[in-house]
Amino acid sequence: MNALDVDAVRKDFPILDREVNGNPLVYLDSGNTSQKPRQVIDAVREHYELHNANVARSVHTLGTEATEAFEGAREKVAAFVGAGTAAEIVFTKNSTEAINLVAHAFTAGAQDPRLRLGPGDEIVITEMEHHSNIVPWQLLAQRTGATLRWFGLTDEGRLDLSRLEDLINERTKLVSVVHYSNLLGTINPVDVLVARARQVGALVLLDGSQSVPHIPVDVTALGADFVAFTGHKMLGPTGIGALWGRFELLDAMPPFLGGGSMIETVAMTGSTFMPPPARFEAGTPPIAEAVGLGAAVDYLSAVGMDAIQAHEKQLTAYALDALAATPDVRVIGPTDTADRGATISFTVDGIHPHDVGQILDDEGVQVRVGHHCARPTCVRFGVPATTRASFYLYTTISEIDALVRGLERVRKVFA
Amino acid sequence: MKLDQLYQEIILDHYKRPHGRGLREPFDAEAHHVNPTCGDEVTLRVSIKGDTVADVSYEGMGCSISQASASILHELLKGGTVEESLRRHEAFAELMGGRGQVEPDEAVLEDAVAFAGVARYPARVKCALLPWMAYKDALARAVPEEEKA
Repeated sequence: MNALDVDAVRKDFPILDREVNGNPLVYLDSGNTSQKPRQVIDAVREHYELHNANVARSVHTLGTEATEAFEGAREKVAAFVGAGTAAEIVFTKNSTEAINLVAHAFTAGAQDPRLRLGPGDEIVITEMEHHSNIVPWQLLAQRTGATLRWFGLTDEGRLDLSRLEDLINERTKLVSVVHYSNLLGTINPVDVLVARARQVGALVLLDGSQSVPHIPVDVTALGADFVAFTGHKMLGPTGIGALWGRFELLDAMPPFLGGGSMIETVAMTGSTFMPPPARFEAGTPPIAEAVGLGAAVDYLSAVGMDAIQAHEKQLTAYALDALAATPDVRVIGPTDTADRGATISFTVDGIHPHDVGQILDDEGVQVRVGHHCARPTCVRFGVPATTRASFYLYTTISEIDALVRGLERVRKVFA
Repeated sequence: MKLDQLYQEIILDHYKRPHGRGLREPFDAEAHHVNPTCGDEVTLRVSIKGDTVADVSYEGMGCSISQASASILHELLKGGTVEESLRRHEAFAELMGGRGQVEPDEAVLEDAVAFAGVARYPARVKCALLPWMAYKDALARAVPEEEKA
C-alpha cells in the first residue's frame, strides 16, 4: 500500500484554494458532503459537451455513447464495492431512496415469504441510525402492522449487543443497521449482526453512506443482503446513489416506481417488468451524475481505499488527542480509534453548537452543527445537538489545528 | 469585525442572564415551537388581562441567538398592550427578513435592535424568530379573532 500524498491530493480539489471570511477554507464537513476533484468535474462537463443523449432507447451514436458511459459507471461502482455483477447495482437518487426502495418491497401479500410482512413480524434497527434509516421503517410498520425494535447504545457510543438474541429472533424479517455512524463515528460489528440474522432467517440491510466513501467495503465479504450508499459523499455529484443487493433477492422484489425504462411490455390492461436493475430505475436516470460517480470511484481506487483509511485513522487519532486536551470539550462517541471512523462529534460545555459553528465559520472552519439527522442518538446522549468535524482524504493535520484554535476563540467569545 | 455585529454585547448578556425565564401560572395559552434543522426549542406562555400582555413566560433550549431573543421578547412585550406587541412583532419580523438592509426603529424595538446584525446571517434568522413565532401562535390561541379586530 502506498501512503497517501495529501498535498498532491489537495491539488486535485479546486475548491480547497478558496477563502472563507478572509481565512483559508478548512473544510471539515465531508460526512455531510465531500468536495469534488477536478477529474469528476471534468468527467461531468465532458459528458455534456461531447456525449449527451438519453440512455437505453436510442440507436444513434450519441445515445450509444451515453448508454455505454452510464452502464460503464455501473460496472465501475460494482467493482468498487465488490459486487458479483453490475446487475446488482441499482442506481438511485441517494441512500435515502435506496433504503425506501427496499422498504417498499415488503408487503403483507408478497409472493416471496422473505418479503412478506405483517402483524407479529419484526424489523430491527438501532438507536444510532440516520433518520433515513428510521423513518422508512416506521412508515413500513404502520403500513403492515409489523413491529419496529432497536438496539440501544453503550455510553461509549457502541451498539449494546447484550440483547442480541432477544432483539434478532425468529420473528425478525429484516435487520437494517448503519455500517459507520454519521454522528458517533462508530463502525459497527457487521459480522456479529449478520451471523445472528442468518440463524433466524432475517435479511440484513447496511446503510453504507459513510462507510463506502471512507473504508474498503466488499459487499460480498460483509455478507449482508443490501447495502445503500450515496455518490456525493464519495467525491461524486449529488443526485446519484446506489443500492447493492444480492441479484437473486433483487429479482424477487416488485418494482418501486413505475414508468419508462423499467417495463418489458405495456398494455392498457397491464404491464410486465424488466429484470433488475432496470426494474427499479423508472424514468430517465441521472446520467451525467452516474458518469461523475464513475470518475469518483476511479479517483478513489487510484489513491487506494487502504491508503485513505490509514490517512483518516492518523487524522482521527490526532484529533481525538487534541480535543481531549481542549478544555470544556466532550467527545460523543468512541474516544479511541478502534472500530471508529474519521467523524468526531463533540460538545463544548455551556455553548450551543450553533454558536460554536458560527464562530468557527468566521475562522474559515466549516463544521456541521445540529442533530445530524440522528435526533434519537442526541437524545440518548442527553444533548440537543453536537458540533461535528468529519475528515477525508484531503484533510490535513494543520486543519485540525485550525479547528482547535477556533475552539479557543469560541470559549473567549462566550467566556 | 462582522462577527461582533452578530454577537453584540446585549445579545450575549441576555443569553448569559436571561430575563423572565421559566414557565409561570396563570396563562391563557401556550405554544411549543421547534426549529427542525437544529433542534432548538421554545415553550412560551402568554397571560392576557383585558388588552394588556400581563406576562410572557418561557422555557427553552438552543443557541445564544434564540435564547437571547426570547429574553428580549419578554422584556419588550410584557406589560404592554396586545396591539403594541403585534406592532413590535411586525417590526422585528421585518428587521429579520431584511437581509441587513432594514434600518431598525429603536423606539419600537429597543434592545431588539441588537438583532440587526443577525439579519445578515440567513442561517441564523430562524433562531432569532423562533420565540417570536411561538408568541404569535400563543397569542392567537389566547385572543379570539373578534377581540383582536
